Amino acid sequence: MTKPILSIADMSIVFSSPDEADIEAVRQVELTLTPGKTLALVGESGCGKSVTARAVLRLLDKNALIQRGSITFEPKGEAPVDIAELKQDSLPLRAIRGNQISMIFQEPMSSLSPVHTIGDQIDEMMIIHEGLKPKQARERTVALLDQVGIPGARDRANAYPFELSGGLRQRAMIAMALACKPQVLIADEPTTALDVTTQAQILDLLRQLQADFGMAMLFITHDLGVVAEIADEVAVMYLGDVVEQGSVFDVFAAPKHPYTQALMSSIPKMARKADRVRLSPIKGTVPAPKDRPEGCAFTSRCPHAFEPCPTIRPARTDLGNGHHARCHLLTRVPVEEPA
Amino acid sequence: MSTLLSVENLSKHYTLSGGLFGAERRLDALTDINLTVEAGETLAIVGESGCGKTTLGRCIIQAQPASAGKVVYRPKAGGEVELSALNKRQIKPWRQDIRMIFQDPMSSLNPNMRVFDIVAEPLRIHKICKGRELEDRVIGTLAKVGIPAEAVGRYPHAFSGGQRQRIGIARALVLDPKLVIADEAVSALDVSIQAQVLNLLEDLKSEFGLTYIFISHDLGVVNYIADRVVVMYLGHVVENAPTEMLFERPRHPYTELLLEALPIADPLRRKGRKAEVRGEIPYLGNRPQGCPFHTRCRYAQDVCRAEKPALRRVNGTAQEAACLFAEELELKGAYEDGPVKVLHEA
Repeated sequence: MTKPILSIADMSIVFSSPDEADIEAVRQVELTLTPGKTLALVGESGCGKSVTARAVLRLLDKNALIQRGSITFEPKGEAPVDIAELKQDSLPLRAIRGNQISMIFQEPMSSLSPVHTIGDQIDEMMIIHEGLKPKQARERTVALLDQVGIPGARDRANAYPFELSGGLRQRAMIAMALACKPQVLIADEPTTALDVTTQAQILDLLRQLQADFGMAMLFITHDLGVVAEIADEVAVMYLGDVVEQGSVFDVFAAPKHPYTQALMSSIPKMARKADRVRLSPIKGTVPAPKDRPEGCAFTSRCPHAFEPCPTIRPARTDLGNGHHARCHLLTRVPVEEPA
Repeated sequence: MSTLLSVENLSKHYTLSGGLFGAERRLDALTDINLTVEAGETLAIVGESGCGKTTLGRCIIQAQPASAGKVVYRPKAGGEVELSALNKRQIKPWRQDIRMIFQDPMSSLNPNMRVFDIVAEPLRIHKICKGRELEDRVIGTLAKVGIPAEAVGRYPHAFSGGQRQRIGIARALVLDPKLVIADEAVSALDVSIQAQVLNLLEDLKSEFGLTYIFISHDLGVVNYIADRVVVMYLGHVVENAPTEMLFERPRHPYTELLLEALPIADPLRRKGRKAEVRGEIPYLGNRPQGCPFHTRCRYAQDVCRAEKPALRRVNGTAQEAACLFAEELELKGAYEDGPVKVLHEA
């Protein structure tokens, strides 16, 4: 197996606010990224998936603190760095951000500068990180824009974001993220704002680029269809916990955590009318983080909850082949019937 | 089944100002739309952004005047009303029968009104009832959608996204409508909440004998909920067929493209697409000649660039498509039996 390039170990992130108790938005998360592979982080709104991803680049707001754990980044041929230990906005961190680890966001319109041409924005990355001359940088930018499938790359480099369609903007954003040949790419819902046909093109493109550049990818989404389409591994989050993780084939074939199972039965299957089954939604709604049960976060909505669930937090159980889940059902000792 | 509503040769265009010296330009949002809605069915309208599906919904409900064509409503009692010919005052009584649910409940519920008043407002406007009766009816409707009576004094911000959507549904249903137009009603919701709302919509449909026009871009949801599907592209209806026929064997290449692009939540059925999905939707103001889809169509012939195909029945079935080659093309559907081969094995 290839050596992981980024490992998040035992990471917890706490948000503090002046008039409320602290909220632990991410609890003891363990994730590893391997070169050339894609890990999908999936969950509903507010589960902590974006916070986890942003923590890797230390892009969290001031009131958020990585309270424990480490984010070990081990670039090829370099000494490992713990990103969690680096000072916010210090030089070593800025040398990584956008250069060795870069990110694409959901809404390209709000994450690209509206007053600079896309060419200038991409050039800037290379001028800052690699010290290229503007002319050299522009040559590479044009090549990149061409590689991400923007027709007429040389002219389009002079376009402002508003002059491009949503799909082209997202492509420009991907070109920008790839400008310095990153070893890790974080994609936060990169296709959510796009139409299905454009989404299919962007997923294809990301797959193709991953094959070309060999980068590791952390792909955040709420869409299980997209996960099945792009991921090698998947981690399912619920209220700050990674409740289940493993190879995408294992998790989809035999989900072990009740939340994963419930998520899968919430999406309509592509079936003929005769085979149609009524959806079985998860009852209730996600509780606010401050009302999270002390034990397993899913207790209040779980159809299988039993005695230890509300009070004891389930441990991360190894199910073999890198498949892990946090659920008491997996460690429950079968009670023997009195004879 | 009887026809509840029909849309006949409906067109809608907008005029764009060309700036200070430029000429005015015309943007055709809907071109010659014909469709019928049968009583009791769920008709889905699908397509990508900018295809005109929302504009069509708004033209049906007369929130926007159409540029040409008719919208005819046929209430149960018999007779027919041409909604598009009525003025503001004449149309008011019919607004009780056709109601709308919007995509984003946060922007469609007034943040300054209590939930009770939001749902009571249509009853007050139409002077249906007041006092105790009104109270009972509002609370009863909210209970039907799962909002408890204790919560009716709160403001929209105090509810979660799913609950807000339920309030929007209650507001649509409180007038006892016949036809409900749901415009991307579940798109903004998380999957687990989306499933709850879909089930709710189904239950309410059978309880109140509703007819739905379900506007959506999510074909998975459409396959689940719809009886019939209308596919739109650049302001045209390109296909109109019973759901199962359409998903089994689409007759328009655009439908095939949409089905192909749809991600399926099963890694064993992962599709290795390899640039099958081509090009982008052209700008509406710059619509191609001939078939509107020919610029992205992998089966396009010379004749497609010249001749604009009309929507017509395919082989005399209930399936209608606007493609010159609808009969010949062997297009791929979305139902697959068993796993396809694994294309991206590690």
